[in-house]
Amino acid sequence: MTAQGLRLEKITKTFGDFKALDGVDLTIAPASIHAILGENGAGKTTLMNILYGLYQPDGGRILLDGVPQRIASPRRAMDLGIGIIHQHLMLVETLTVVENVVLGLPGQGMRLSLDEHARRLATLADSFGFDVDPHQEVWKLPMGMRQRVEILKVLYRDARLIILDEPTSVLAPNEVEGFLQGLRRLRAAGKTVIFISHKLDEVAAVADRVTVLRRGAVSADLPIEGATPREMARMMVGRDVVLTTLEKASLKSDTVLVRARDLKARVTRGNQALKGVSFDIRAGEILGVAGVDGNGQAELAEVLTGLRPAEGGSVELAGEDITCTGVYERRHRLGISFVPEDRHGTGLVLDFPVYQNAMIRDFRESSFSSGPMLRTANAKAVTEDWVRRYDVRLQSVDQPIRFLSGGNQQKLIFAREVECRPRLLVIMQPCKGLDVGAIEAVHRTVLAERERGTAILYISTELEHILSVCDRVAVMCAGRITGIISPEEATAERVGALLGGLAEAEVA
Amino acid sequence: MSLLGDMSAWVDFFSTVLRLSIPIVFAALGGVLSERAGVFNVSLEGCILGGAFGAATGAYLTGTPVGGLLVGLLAAAAIGCILAGLAVSLGINQLVTGIAINILVLGLTSYLARLILGADATSTLPGFSPMAIPVLSSIPVIGPVLFNQDPLAYLMYLAVPLSFWFLYRTPWGLIVRAIGDYPIAADTVGVSVPAVRALCVIASCMLGGLGGCYLVLCQVFVFTENMSAGKGWIALAAVILGRWNPALVFAACIFFAFSEALQLRLQFNNPDVPYQLFSMVPFLASFVALVVFAGRVRPPGAIGIKYVRGGK
Repeated sequence: MTAQGLRLEKITKTFGDFKALDGVDLTIAPASIHAILGENGAGKTTLMNILYGLYQPDGGRILLDGVPQRIASPRRAMDLGIGIIHQHLMLVETLTVVENVVLGLPGQGMRLSLDEHARRLATLADSFGFDVDPHQEVWKLPMGMRQRVEILKVLYRDARLIILDEPTSVLAPNEVEGFLQGLRRLRAAGKTVIFISHKLDEVAAVADRVTVLRRGAVSADLPIEGATPREMARMMVGRDVVLTTLEKASLKSDTVLVRARDLKARVTRGNQALKGVSFDIRAGEILGVAGVDGNGQAELAEVLTGLRPAEGGSVELAGEDITCTGVYERRHRLGISFVPEDRHGTGLVLDFPVYQNAMIRDFRESSFSSGPMLRTANAKAVTEDWVRRYDVRLQSVDQPIRFLSGGNQQKLIFAREVECRPRLLVIMQPCKGLDVGAIEAVHRTVLAERERGTAILYISTELEHILSVCDRVAVMCAGRITGIISPEEATAERVGALLGGLAEAEVA
Repeated sequence: MSLLGDMSAWVDFFSTVLRLSIPIVFAALGGVLSERAGVFNVSLEGCILGGAFGAATGAYLTGTPVGGLLVGLLAAAAIGCILAGLAVSLGINQLVTGIAINILVLGLTSYLARLILGADATSTLPGFSPMAIPVLSSIPVIGPVLFNQDPLAYLMYLAVPLSFWFLYRTPWGLIVRAIGDYPIAADTVGVSVPAVRALCVIASCMLGGLGGCYLVLCQVFVFTENMSAGKGWIALAAVILGRWNPALVFAACIFFAFSEALQLRLQFNNPDVPYQLFSMVPFLASFVALVVFAGRVRPPGAIGIKYVRGGK
C-alpha cells in the first residue's frame, strides 16, 4: 500500500428510518494500527461491513491509495487486499487449519494440493511468529489459536488491510496479550490494521490512532498519545462514566445468609471440578469469585443454583440445608436467582419475543398467568415497566430478543432475576462483551440489590470489575478457594499468587 | 451337491446382491452429495421413480437405451430443480418439500405412464445388455459376478471412487463439505452458498435418477407404477449408516442389498411362509444396523437449516 492508505469520505448508511452511519470521515494511515471505538450500536460493524462489501453505502466515497473504489462484494474486497476477521470466527470446525485457509481460494484448479498449501502456510505463519499446525482440526484448537488461523486466512490471500471486529471478545484473558503482540507484528510487517473494540485498555496498549464513533458519527479522532482511557470512555458514551469505583454504603448486617461447606462436584466428563469449597455470604454482601476461566467457577455456580448435584459438602440458605433441593424449589421457594455466563444459550431463548423472555423465570406467578392461562397483556405491561426502569433499549417488547444488543439483553436478564426479589443472586461473567456504559448499568443493578440485602455471588475473570463492586474477593484455583481477601488488600502480587494456587490463610 | 453347483449358486446369489445394490448405490451417493452440502434429499425415492419413468419414456420414444438414459437423467434433473427451487432458493422446510415431491412424482408418473406408454406399457423396452470384460470376466466367481455386467454397473464402480475423490481431493469438494457444516464460513470467502447447494441438489437428484434408469434399462425393461418401491428410503438410511462418506455408504448399500437378496432367497425356498414376512427383512436389517452402528454419528452441522446471510 502506498503512503495514502485508506480514506472514507462522508459515508452514510440508513436502514429503514435508522441512520446507522451519518457522514463518517475516516483516514487510515498505512502500516499502522487504527482503533475504532464505540458503544454497541454506534455503527462500527456497519462501517466494517461496508468496507468488506457486505453492505453498499447510501452516500460517500471510499478511496484506497487515492483511487475511488466500489466494493461490490466480499470477493471484490479480497481482490483489493482487504481482509476481515469477524467477531464470531468464520472457521469450519470439522476441517483442518489448512483446509479452512484454502477454502474458496481462487485459482486452485481441480486438485486440492493440501500438502503444498500446508508448507506455504507454515512458512507464512513462521514469518509472523504464529505457531500453528496446518493439519490440526480447528475444533481441537483453543480460541486464541483459532483467531490466528483466521488472521492467517486473510494473510494467505495477500490482505494488506486487515479489519478485526471485536477480536478479543472471544479470547480468554490470558490469550489477549499474545494477540496484541500479534497485531504489533502485523504492523511491523507493513500491514494496516483496523481494530474495532470497546475495550479501552487494549486500545490504549496497541493502537497508533483512535477514532471514536457515537450514534453513527465520528465524535473524535486523535493519536493515542492524546487520549486517556477516561477521555475515550467519555467520547464513546457522551457523558462521564464511572470507570472504577462505585460508591457503596458499608455493610448493614452481620447475618450470614449463605453458608457453603466443603462443596465437591465433578464436571460432566468426570474430573473433579470442586475440591472442597467453603465460604459464607452475609445479607447485603457481594462475594466476588476471581480466577482464571475453568478453575471450577462454572461448577460452583451450577451447584449453588441446583443445575449440578453436589457430590459432597453442604449449602445452607438462612439456616436451612438446601444441598439436595431441586432447581424449581431453589428458584421459587428459596429465592435463588441466576445470571448465567452464556446469555444466548442459557439465559435467553433468542427467538422468543422480549416479553416472553421476561416471564420465563416466573411464568407461574400471578403477574404472568392465572391458572393454566398466560396473561399476555399483563406480561407485556410488566415488561414495559422493566424496560423503562432498567433502560433496556428496544423497539418493542414483541421483538425477538435476538435483535437486541448484548448490553440490552443483559439488562433484561438482570431485571428478570432481580425483580423477583431473590435472597441469593448468583452472577457469572455479567460483563462479557459489554461496553462501558452497559457495564456501569449492570454494576449499578448489582449494588442496588446489595442495598436491598441480597447475598450476591459475583463470579468473573475480570479482576478489575470484581475489585470495584465486591465486598470480599475469593480467589479460585484448580477447584479450591486459595484465599478470601478484601479489595483493599488485593495487590497485584497477592492476587497473582492466589490465582496461581498459592493458598494462604483466610483473611477477613 | 457338487462343488460346481454350489459355485453357480453363489455366483447367482452375489449377482443378485450386486444387481439390487446398484440403484441404491447411485441414489445414496446422490444423498451424500446433497447432505454434505447441507440439504436433506428426502426426494431420492421420487428421483428414482422419475428417472425410471424418464428412462422408459425415452427408450419407448427413441427406441434406444441411450435415449432412455438421457430422458431419465433429464426427468431427475427437473425434480432436482424443483427441490432446489423450493428448499434452497425459497428456504421451505427440506423434509416437507422432499416428501411432497415424492408424492407428486408417484402420482404424475403413474398418470403420464398411462398417457404415453398406454397399451404398450407391458411390452419390453430396449435396454442395455451385459458386456463381458475380456480376461477379468473369466476369473471364477468374481468374474461373472463383477465383470459380466451392463454399462451402468461399470458406471457405478466408477461413481464410488469418483465421488470420494470429488469430496476429499478437490477444492470443490472442500467447498461442499464446508457449506454443509458452516455455510457462513464459505460465504465470507466469496463462495455463493445457494448456488453450490442448488447444484449439489440437482446433481444429487440426477444420481438418484440414474438408479431409476438402471431399473428400467438394465433390469426389468418395463415401467411399472411405484417401481422404486422404497429404494430411495433405503438409500437415505445407507447415507446415515455410511456416515456421509462415499466408501462407507457403498458398504452400507451392499449390506442392504445383501439382506434384500437374502429375503428373496428365503421367500423362494420357503413357499409355505407368507412372503410378506420375509420382505420385512431389509427394513429390519436397516433398523438393526442403524441402532448398532449409528451411535456416534455426527451429521453435517448445517444440514436441514436454510442459509440466510446476516442471520445471527
